Amino acid sequence: MSEIIKLSATELAKKLRAGEVTAVEAVQAHLDRIAEIDGGDRGLNAFLHVNADEALAVAAEVDEIRAAGGTEAEALHPLAGVPIAIKDLIVTVGQPTTAASKMLEGWMSPYDATVIEKIRAARMPMLGKTNLDEFAMGSSTEHSAYGITRNPWDLGRIPGGSGGGSAAAVAGFEAPLALGTDTGGSIRQPGAVTGTVGVKPTYGGVSRYGAIAMASSLDQIGPVTRTVLDAAYLHELIGGHDPKDSTSLNEPVPALVDAAKQGLTGDLSGVRVGIVKELTGEGYQAGVQERFNESVEVLKAAGAEIVEVSCPNFKYALGAYYLIMPSEVSSNLAKFDGVRYGQRVLPEEGPLTIERVMGATRAAGFGDEVKRRIILGTYALSAGYYDAYYGSAQKVRTLIQRDFDAAFEQADVLVSPTSPNVAFEFGAKSDDPLAMYLNDVATIPANMAGIPGISVPGGLSEGLPVGIQFLAPAREDARLYRVGAALEKLLEDSWGGPLIDQAPELAAATTGGAA
Amino acid sequence: MSAISREDVAHLARLAHIEMSGAELERMTGELDAIVDAIASVSEAAGDDVPATSHPIPLHNVMREDVVGATLTPEQALQNAPDAEDNRFKVPAILDGE
Repeated sequence: MSEIIKLSATELAKKLRAGEVTAVEAVQAHLDRIAEIDGGDRGLNAFLHVNADEALAVAAEVDEIRAAGGTEAEALHPLAGVPIAIKDLIVTVGQPTTAASKMLEGWMSPYDATVIEKIRAARMPMLGKTNLDEFAMGSSTEHSAYGITRNPWDLGRIPGGSGGGSAAAVAGFEAPLALGTDTGGSIRQPGAVTGTVGVKPTYGGVSRYGAIAMASSLDQIGPVTRTVLDAAYLHELIGGHDPKDSTSLNEPVPALVDAAKQGLTGDLSGVRVGIVKELTGEGYQAGVQERFNESVEVLKAAGAEIVEVSCPNFKYALGAYYLIMPSEVSSNLAKFDGVRYGQRVLPEEGPLTIERVMGATRAAGFGDEVKRRIILGTYALSAGYYDAYYGSAQKVRTLIQRDFDAAFEQADVLVSPTSPNVAFEFGAKSDDPLAMYLNDVATIPANMAGIPGISVPGGLSEGLPVGIQFLAPAREDARLYRVGAALEKLLEDSWGGPLIDQAPELAAATTGGAA
Repeated sequence: MSAISREDVAHLARLAHIEMSGAELERMTGELDAIVDAIASVSEAAGDDVPATSHPIPLHNVMREDVVGATLTPEQALQNAPDAEDNRFKVPAILDGE
């Protein structure tokens, strides 16, 4: 394996600046890795599209600017030349955006998402678009219309979801950085089960313009990386106010890199960490609970004050989420009707009216999970049920916010396992939607309240990664980076290196080339 | 308190413009019934005195200057259309029999 791909984004950026590695070499090393392990019957299939030509061209520009020196070279962003992978829910000019749905097969966006504009402005080469559950609906990436993505830790297991492609790409050293989206845990849960770092920023902290909307009051774009410091650099780049997103916070991005660097000193004196009683114990695998307990001890040894907090209304969070999210889904996905973009499928018989074309198009274009959520949302919003379901769920949202408010009076950050279980085998939960939904029980409350969350590697259970989640009050993302980086550093000291170094070496895929 | 019938699902599928076969309706009815059953407790969680939250971090009166910004050209807007004619999206008959 090339040494370049093992570097963190921060280390690679340093070598690029020092001239020890060129951006073209960095991009090529990752493209080679993708060609080697992504395709074929046992490949990761993290990528739906590989953007080799453009990525190499952008890298060559960076190298030229650096070689020429002067003010333009000095003005380069710290991450210039560092390659990145993009979840295929985020629209990009020049590359197809499919949302992993047949509905959008081959769709070419006429505009860039705001986060993509920022990545272009920073001259970061985009390696390609990563796989996901269709329209980001799922926790395993098994609901993609373009095949499953494999977990680099065990090719027979799920990489989490919906952002399984971005997490697997980063865990498998196909990319040092990726973007994800998190509506109920789709950045953090894949991070947990692949031994990587995933951050869901404060709602409104990163522009959602150009992220194909799933549930607009819950969706958030965020970083997918192998280290907390890398996530801080990427978060600072993509964050900030965007007039094109009317839910964007008109506030400066917090000093996240500084917070991560402070955390890397390993000192958490004076930090109050709250264990959420309702997010531990029953329902959590024993191995997950053990790693969690050990992490709490590590935080305590670093000087943190550990308190227990109770959030009694969290027991309603999953139910309320599965009313609010599908309701917003049913509205947001109404636009995929075969008229302005995407597939159009004609009914096999009977009169050819637009209504029947829509019915046939949506029947053929959407997968089962998407249909399930649209129907559930249509039900929750229909006359006679609205108050009992959607209305009640919105009240639960208030109760969850109040629980968090009370908890954050006692603690600066909250801690829990990110996912109740380690990565499961393919097919283990795909016939039981409810069992699948339970994967997100610890991540959903943050989306309901709009607060930020991070998942960092917390060790292994039966050879598979366990994630530790921290949550902070809205706008206090910096706290996550401080505490997350401290835990990362102290655990890595005890392991003798990053957790990802314990992942098995991936053999070259047996058949075929890159996806 | 749930009990979603197959007729309910057929009606919802029509509202949502998703054609469904008999077998699909059958399966979806069973799955939705189980899901709704599992989430029904939400309706008893909060009393009348609890206000609803529609948005996690409410912002008010988000405005922009009333000036023309970047827009798509007709070609860009139509580039992904399944069918187009004369700078317009082209669709089959809107009304039955015409």
